[in-house]
Amino acid sequence: MPINENEVTWVKPPRMGLLERLYLPAIAQGLQTTLKHMFGKKVTQQFPEERPKLPPNYRGVHRLNRDEQGRVKCVACYMCSTACPARCIDIVAAPSPWPDREKYPEVFVIDELRCIYCGMCEQACPCDAIELTSLFDLTGLSREEMMFDKEKLLSVFDQTATKGEDPIRTKSGKLSIASEPNV
Amino acid sequence: MPCRIDAMARTRSDKSEQMHEFLFWPTLITIAVVFGILQGTAGFLVYVERKVCAYMQNRIGPNRVGPYGLLQVLADVLKFLFKEETLPRKADMALFLLAPVLAFSTALLSFAVVPFGATEPAPLPPAPPAAIMQSATPLEKQQHALIEAEYKKKLQDYEAKVEVYRSSYQFIIAPNIDIGILFIFGISSLAVYGVILGGWSSNNKYSLVGALRASAQIISYEIPLGLSILGVLLITGSLNLERIIWNQAEQGFLGWNIFIQPVAFLLFMTSAFAECNRLPFDLPESEQELIGGYHTEYNAFKLAFFLLGEYVHMITTSFLMVILFFGGWHFPIIASPEAGWFLKLIVFAGKVTFFILFYMLIRWTIPRFRFDQLMALAWKVLIPLALVNLVMVMVVKEMAWPEWVLLPASLAAVVVAGAVALNAPPRPRDRRLKPAATDL
Repeated sequence: MPINENEVTWVKPPRMGLLERLYLPAIAQGLQTTLKHMFGKKVTQQFPEERPKLPPNYRGVHRLNRDEQGRVKCVACYMCSTACPARCIDIVAAPSPWPDREKYPEVFVIDELRCIYCGMCEQACPCDAIELTSLFDLTGLSREEMMFDKEKLLSVFDQTATKGEDPIRTKSGKLSIASEPNV
Repeated sequence: MPCRIDAMARTRSDKSEQMHEFLFWPTLITIAVVFGILQGTAGFLVYVERKVCAYMQNRIGPNRVGPYGLLQVLADVLKFLFKEETLPRKADMALFLLAPVLAFSTALLSFAVVPFGATEPAPLPPAPPAAIMQSATPLEKQQHALIEAEYKKKLQDYEAKVEVYRSSYQFIIAPNIDIGILFIFGISSLAVYGVILGGWSSNNKYSLVGALRASAQIISYEIPLGLSILGVLLITGSLNLERIIWNQAEQGFLGWNIFIQPVAFLLFMTSAFAECNRLPFDLPESEQELIGGYHTEYNAFKLAFFLLGEYVHMITTSFLMVILFFGGWHFPIIASPEAGWFLKLIVFAGKVTFFILFYMLIRWTIPRFRFDQLMALAWKVLIPLALVNLVMVMVVKEMAWPEWVLLPASLAAVVVAGAVALNAPPRPRDRRLKPAATDL
């Protein structure tokens, strides 16, 4: 459908004055700006030596939290893998060896290359077992290496929980209501 | 100053009669030193360019290799050396390989006549009239003979001094070239062949477009480049670069050509930017549109040749700006004509460094022109202004007015040009606008 003629507003570019026509003042102005930046404060972060200060809700590598007895906190409810839009969480549940819950994850693998770091697993988790940390410089030499299994994810917890940047967000180290058999 | 020009013609003819012998070793040493320093500087300029760019963008720039990243130059060269040489399968091999060599060698060659320090003693005072009329009285003849003898002695002195200058420290590869500036223009415009051949022979559309743009651009900007210095040449009365420096140095700080020919300097600088393919005129190699333009298909050391050529070109034009408009090695108080060679060298290097830095400041300040704007600037602005400037110089010389008249006259010419542009008819693009258009 063509545009109605009376709906079109024609505008003229603004007329340039004499100084603008000469261009030179504009160039001088530009040089002034660049020179000011030249001696201004630098914003570069020298990365490996200087670490960036990340906000506490930064979504980096996952970790599997431990409870107060050092066991994996996950109860293998599959909520995270169901919520995951990238389908990167693979859980195999097994009967729990401990009396305080029914199941525990025998296998818990996250494909870190496939993950889109949306944090929905963290939101879905009923017992705050999976959390995203502020680790971002994740590297590996092979795709297999980037499949993080349960031990690896727990070791991420061991690394990050005490460092202060990623405090454990649950109020207690206990398992949550969802896993308590009597409720 | 007609008598002055006569005098110079006289000196020159005297000199050409007793041609300087070619000093082999000083020349060879100078060539080696210049070659080494030029390449080293060109490599170093890549680092400086990156640093300047980074500082302007509030970054730090290369700082990992060596102290302050100074060894980055070395790392870059090593990278270029050890890269795999790839050749496009359907390229015209001979031309493809020739192009970078052409670009680099012409850039180096044009430096042969550029003086980079004090190369000559002060020029001779005007020579007495050579001939004497038959009807002259014996007393007049005697006086004439005396003057002649005195002049001969001065000439011999001068020659001896020149010999000292040349054999002890020769700050120019080919001294006493009377066509100096012509030689530079002739050779450095050959550099465009490197660009055109490189772009055409790589069998790549982007390269070809880059080469086409380069040819159009350089043909256009050669004209204002040549025209802009004609005023300086008229004022000096010589094409010899060393003489152009002396002419300014003798008249002191206010004798620098920049104060007499400010518009010519502006035109020369703009055209030189375009000749070097530097931003804001880097259309032949615009990364965003042409993925590198004429050197898209080049890598490894062939690419390094192109880049080195570009930087050497930049150094040469900076030298030219200093020589033609900023008094060469002369600087009030610090480096007077009587000062030692070292001071002059330092002053010269300082001025050139300033202009190279200015190149970089401009590069990271002004965005690239559109192609029609580029052409319009050359043909509608620079060439007419250069012609006006030339006419003004001719009038001042003809009427024997003092040279400082040219300063207000030049500035007035610029303002008048701006005023003319104000009342210019609208560009074709704007003509389709309806007459009832409202102002923004």
